[in-house]
Amino acid sequence: MTAVAVTVTVILAGAALLALVRVVRGPSILDRVVATDVLLAIIVAAIAAEAAFTGDATALPVLVVLSVLGFVSSVSVARFAARNGK
Amino acid sequence: MTGDARTRRANRAVAVLGMALVWILLWGTFSWANLLGGLVVAGIVLLVFPLPPVVFAGRLRPVPLARFVAWFLRDLFVASVQIAWLAFRFGYTPHGAIIGVGLRVGTDLNLTLTAEALSLVPGSLIVEVDRAEGVLWIHVLDVRDRAEAERFRQDVLALESRIVAAVGSPDEVRRTTEGGVL
Amino acid sequence: MSAIDAVASAFIVAGALFSLAAGVALTRFPDILSRMHAATKPQVLGLLLVLLGCALRFRNTVDITTLVLIGAFQLTTAPVAAHMVGRVAYRSGLQRPDLLVVDELADRDR
Repeated sequence: MTAVAVTVTVILAGAALLALVRVVRGPSILDRVVATDVLLAIIVAAIAAEAAFTGDATALPVLVVLSVLGFVSSVSVARFAARNGK
Repeated sequence: MTGDARTRRANRAVAVLGMALVWILLWGTFSWANLLGGLVVAGIVLLVFPLPPVVFAGRLRPVPLARFVAWFLRDLFVASVQIAWLAFRFGYTPHGAIIGVGLRVGTDLNLTLTAEALSLVPGSLIVEVDRAEGVLWIHVLDVRDRAEAERFRQDVLALESRIVAAVGSPDEVRRTTEGGVL
Repeated sequence: MSAIDAVASAFIVAGALFSLAAGVALTRFPDILSRMHAATKPQVLGLLLVLLGCALRFRNTVDITTLVLIGAFQLTTAPVAAHMVGRVAYRSGLQRPDLLVVDELADRDR
């Protein structure tokens, strides 16, 4: 089990790093929104995996909030960007 | 009109039951207190944020619905693997295309369901929706020529037929099955 | 490690790999519309696989209902967010015409 947990940690950390690269490089605000959304999904996956490996389900309700929050933030930034574009 | 008022009430009842179900799922266990609490919360939510009327003229058909879900899961899996594979093909730049697909059943419900299913399945992204005309403008990834874009248009119409077969009215089903593509 | 746990681990590893594919595509693809494909799609399946693996590990109703809710929220909200961002991207002219084989939307607007 430990080996699997380490593998998953490494893979997800790599994915998060790549998403961060896109957040930094941009170039537009929408690229950053998309990258942030992916980053959030990776974090949700990481917390769920952590819960699975430790067998501790305390963090699961947090994930419900996170998965809805990502949606709200994407939509609000998209609206903001639309208004600025005009 | 009384018929209109009745469908409105039915829609509200479905919304309240749906939200109550989410509430129970959040608590994780079923109890009468949870059900009652869920109904009260759902009622308050609906009172504060009234829903726009959604016209649901058809009926649920279990077998086509199961067929749609099975196809959807298959599409989701196959296409996810394809896009993931595309990501790891270094040095290859995928080209895309934006095509407009006119749906044969232009109701809000059908438009929404088709758009949702299309967005979830990889390789397609809704760029623009023409609600009055019932047209979806879709960005498709990894298209090399016009013939492939045409094939994708047929896929979208097939997806629409499956959705209409699952939830549409008999008249809508007839429109998607006979006459083929407009 | 029981058989179910092994299956659960396999699901979680597969889900993590899909997340990695999304990350790679995000850095590598040339324009925002292609990147959005990578972001919304393998990501959804990846997260679902991790949640499925998680559910196989816990095997009790309270946790599984929570996981079902997370999956359901993800499935219903991801397309809406993707559409909002995609539409704004197209309207602000962020698409690259050289990467499009056909652009019927531009043909209509002309």
